[in-house]
Amino acid sequence: MSSPSNRIIVGVDVGGTFTDVFFLNEADGTCDVAKVPSTRGDQSIGIREGITSRIADLGQVGTIVHGTTVGTNALLERKGVRTGLITTRGFRDVLEMRRRDRPQTWGLWGHFDPIVPRDLRLEVDERVLADGTVAEELDPEQVREAARTLLERGAQALCIFFINGYANQQNEQKALEAAKQVWPNEHISVASEILPEIREFERGSTASLNAYLQPLVGSYLERLEAGLRDGGFGGEVLIVQSNGGVMSVATARALPVRTALSGPAAGVIAAGYIAESAGFPNVITCDMGGTSFDVSLVADGQSALAAQTSIDFGMIVRTPMIEITTIGAGGGSIASVDRGGLLQVGPESAGSDPGPVCYGLGNDRPTVTDANVVMGRINADRPIGGKLDRLDVEAAKQAIEKHIAKPLGLDVMAAAEAIVRVANARMAGAIRLVSIERGHDPKRFSAMPFGGGGSLHAGALIKEVGLASALVPRYPGVTSALGCVIADMRHDRVQTVNTRLDDLPVETVEAQILDIVGHSESMLGEAGVGFDRIDHIVEFDMLYVGQTHTVTVPVPLQIEAGRTQAGRTGLSRDLIKTSFEDAYKAAFGRLLDGIPMQVMNLRVAVVGRRPKFDLALLAPSAEGQVADAVLGQRNVWQDGDWRDTTIYDRMALPLGARVEGPALLEQADTTIFVDAGLAASVDRFGNLIMERQ
Amino acid sequence: MSPDTGKVETQPMDPVTLAVLKGRLEQIADEMDATLFRSAFNPIIAEAHDASHGLYHAETGETLVQGKSGLPVFVGAMSFAVKAVIDRAAKAGGVSQGDVYIFNDPYEGGTHLSDFKLVRPFFRDGKLFCYLASVGHWHDVGGNVPGNYNPVATECFQEGMLIPPVKLYDKGEFRPDIVEILKSNSRLPGSLYGDLNGQINALELGDQRLNALLDDYGAETVAQGLAELKARAGQLMRSFIADLPDGTYSADDFLDNDGITDSPLQIGLDIRIEGDRMMLDFARTSPACAGPVNISRSTAIASCYVALKHVFRDVPANAGVLEPIDFNIPIESLLSVSAPKPVGGYTETILRVIDVIFVALSQAAPDMVNGCAYGTINALSLAGHRADGRRWVMFSFFGGGHGGNPEGDGLNHGNAPISTATIPPLEILEAAYPVQFTQWALRPDSGGPGTQRGGNGAIYEIKLLEKNADVFLFGERGKYAPPGVLDGESAAFNKFTYEQDDGPHEPPMVSKMVGIKLTTGQKVRLETPGGGGYGSPLQRDPDLVAEDVRLGYVTSAAARDRYACIVDESGELDRPGTIVLRQEVASQ
Repeated sequence: MSSPSNRIIVGVDVGGTFTDVFFLNEADGTCDVAKVPSTRGDQSIGIREGITSRIADLGQVGTIVHGTTVGTNALLERKGVRTGLITTRGFRDVLEMRRRDRPQTWGLWGHFDPIVPRDLRLEVDERVLADGTVAEELDPEQVREAARTLLERGAQALCIFFINGYANQQNEQKALEAAKQVWPNEHISVASEILPEIREFERGSTASLNAYLQPLVGSYLERLEAGLRDGGFGGEVLIVQSNGGVMSVATARALPVRTALSGPAAGVIAAGYIAESAGFPNVITCDMGGTSFDVSLVADGQSALAAQTSIDFGMIVRTPMIEITTIGAGGGSIASVDRGGLLQVGPESAGSDPGPVCYGLGNDRPTVTDANVVMGRINADRPIGGKLDRLDVEAAKQAIEKHIAKPLGLDVMAAAEAIVRVANARMAGAIRLVSIERGHDPKRFSAMPFGGGGSLHAGALIKEVGLASALVPRYPGVTSALGCVIADMRHDRVQTVNTRLDDLPVETVEAQILDIVGHSESMLGEAGVGFDRIDHIVEFDMLYVGQTHTVTVPVPLQIEAGRTQAGRTGLSRDLIKTSFEDAYKAAFGRLLDGIPMQVMNLRVAVVGRRPKFDLALLAPSAEGQVADAVLGQRNVWQDGDWRDTTIYDRMALPLGARVEGPALLEQADTTIFVDAGLAASVDRFGNLIMERQ
Repeated sequence: MSPDTGKVETQPMDPVTLAVLKGRLEQIADEMDATLFRSAFNPIIAEAHDASHGLYHAETGETLVQGKSGLPVFVGAMSFAVKAVIDRAAKAGGVSQGDVYIFNDPYEGGTHLSDFKLVRPFFRDGKLFCYLASVGHWHDVGGNVPGNYNPVATECFQEGMLIPPVKLYDKGEFRPDIVEILKSNSRLPGSLYGDLNGQINALELGDQRLNALLDDYGAETVAQGLAELKARAGQLMRSFIADLPDGTYSADDFLDNDGITDSPLQIGLDIRIEGDRMMLDFARTSPACAGPVNISRSTAIASCYVALKHVFRDVPANAGVLEPIDFNIPIESLLSVSAPKPVGGYTETILRVIDVIFVALSQAAPDMVNGCAYGTINALSLAGHRADGRRWVMFSFFGGGHGGNPEGDGLNHGNAPISTATIPPLEILEAAYPVQFTQWALRPDSGGPGTQRGGNGAIYEIKLLEKNADVFLFGERGKYAPPGVLDGESAAFNKFTYEQDDGPHEPPMVSKMVGIKLTTGQKVRLETPGGGGYGSPLQRDPDLVAEDVRLGYVTSAAARDRYACIVDESGELDRPGTIVLRQEVASQ
């Protein structure tokens, strides 16, 4: 536990341009933020600079929680290490053959290079059958021989992956022992340890990506910790996982694949907490970047988790991750008119370099940002991001004129508005996808933009999808860093069972659950942080015999941290059955009587709830007048006309202030557009709540 | 107010509303797809996505909107299915609100008996607005062979039950007797019942979502939007065709056999491009055959649609794609049969139709096409009884390579161009059935040589763990390999073998197996073709050839014989020797 002398908790999120830091001083109840340029070669330098920009003595810091993109970037840019694979004879191409898919429905030009090249995938004689029987014993010498060959060929990390390893780990464990005798480093990933779940491609892909990241993420975390210790830091470093929980550095080094969506997950966690504190338990978070628009659903304060995520074509990571739906509609998304005369926005993007036309860095095709600039919604004299002094409105206008207005027979302003409307419609589609399609009524949800771009479009999304309101947090630009500070510690574990419910050995399964719980709780204990309480979530993936897709079935059990004994959890065949029926009915409407049920996987999550802080810390003063926050007036294009619009300094608006649309609210990290017909008010946490008037 | 897709509106719709509507409509069809995939029982729908959903025109049945994740070939075929219902209902006084029709008649609705189509009229304010439809490939619909790929069928009656368009719901009232008939005709009634429920749910969902959309925009606006989307797809398609040089472009390809007589069947195509119209003339095509590789006219048109959409991929998926296309498909040819000619193996024939379109178009549009994909569905059915008497049927499609293309080498181990199907994990198959895979690997030298090489096909070897099983395997490309384009070479042949007490065998019909008996420990082996090459292999960068040898995609022998590159087994390139050899080959 933290002592009074080191009661500062620091959350750090490293983005492409900036490293955001959020400081919470538990001793005096104050908080602070810092923003420094990211250091691309070694992110840990920027992190240290960010922290020391506010706190000279790192000894005052108790915990540093970090959402990292080192793993994400290595995956997207394919910059992991040379990785070798040892697998069952006859199956070295599983990783390359995928699930026999292709990148697009239409067009047959796809290509795929697996991260482990074919000459680094070697086979050994061994075989486990689906029921766990060892049909062929492993010869350790073959493994040593293969490992030596891989080393000769330059492999720096190793993955051991055998067919049906989920059903019996014996051969993989023997192979691990043999490989260790030869392998010069700790970077060995064993598939059944990382994911003891049926489906060879998904398991092999996840395990090999883990190996691919291990040396990179490991050495990064080592540098980070060493640098912080040099500066006098004596506390704990925690890493945000893709499931939104945090883990220790030791766990992150063993399971780096769990950091694949570390950064975005922290943002969603913060958004959920901010919104729930403000009385909005149902929100859809919207993160608009240069090339994409990411949405995620939080219902009743809980983030939806996806069982697997495709990082890129053929790059599957199967570990629970905050479900984030991405569409290609960011500020840099390019607008065009196709040969059929249809206006398109995205998915092609100018990104941040060269970026929108108005950046003047060489792109001449209009983007969403260009349309916003032309309509006066983005202040050309005060660009966000800090790289440029001002934006070139005239160039943006010309680009829209040439590429959109002329082909569509519109004037340039109508064309700019059309681009934004189509972009809004695409974003609305993404929101519909995560809400209506999952059975949620958007009227019960609020949009919560974070990051730089989303706040301009939030008002339109209220109108387009019929959302109840929008909530813009006080510091949208540092949401992810704030999320780091409040994220819980969480460990997920899956085990394939694959047995009919009628034949399920309930006592054995209960013992398995308690075993996993014990293991995960000791991982929590080793992390050196305090928890308010520990929660246990037990779920089964189940189906009717004959189906192939499962439904997730939460089973309410009585488990007390460190104290539950076998026979006391309440697990029974009947409980599993009724829980399945509830879950199935909720998903598909009707049950299928007479068909037996199958239990495919067991999932256990152990969550250490970390103490939360009172967001009222962030609130502005109640003193002051709305009029004092007015920066001036500007013409802003809306609904087919220029309208005189008041510009406010968002940070100067006092608690309880109310502003009616149309209005523009500017702050350092974003611009908020309050459409006509909407009104925005400042709540007691400093959030801006936008609603219909 | 129904979406009149026939006429171009005098007052065009504003482009913004149109773009927004397009997204909303596609989302409805996508969501119907997703609902069925999640709740389906059989892996052919749940994993392989052999299903489709969409919105169809109230009078013509033309495709208005189609889901993106469904089986591509259904995009064209479903409009015929809806039209079949429209015609059938017209004779009985028309459709009513609450009706849902069900049928699988392939001569009216396209494809084959395994595909059950549900068609539901959508009414708005008491008037027919459009149709919603759902199609899914059921696990077993009776007939002689479990899984319904009967390589020796000579009549559709040997392939499965044939249900004409009948009402599953009559004015909202469910008819359980229909379901009883269906279930009594299947080896796997539980699976059938589950899939049927999934399709009903998908239609119900589509109905709700479309109503919500009409609430937001009004029926008139949506109808106008639908008409305009079709007109624009047609306009886009015409502009692409107009870019191609006028002329006649021909290609011929062959099926190995019809499963009954081992003699080839020709598919001959002349593409005539004139201005912004394109004629697909199949006059040089073999007459209908005795076996199951015939297709109906509607299926033939649907497969042309698939080929054109792969080449002109930016054109939206609706009936407008076909608007500038004319067809000549001789009646009672292989591509236009009527009942009771068997059609169960339709996949092979439509893949061949797609291949001849690629090869013919490569002459007119070299930058837009690719070498042919592996060109066969490889439908494998292994069936038997367990020790306790329970029947088991393992049924799955096996993949191959895609063709080389202007952007690069073809994809290794892809899915067929007519589908978006994924293959089930072998661990799932081993957990569900008494089989053990002994190999699941890429097949070296199976991709066609080219400047851009065809992707490799696969080797799948399966050992039986139970006492007895029958093997049925339906494939093609055993004697006519997938061709390359623009001097790219053909991929490897499809090769099937099976093991019996006296050793390994090849099936008499090369690419088809019928009721082969296996006992414990015996194996069946599929070695599938890759894709065809793109451009001459003599133009391929020798360093890339050497790299292919080093990684084992191409053997050293093939590097010499087919690329004129001298590369040793380890991938070391003999550069001077290669220059000499290539000069020699070029001068021959």
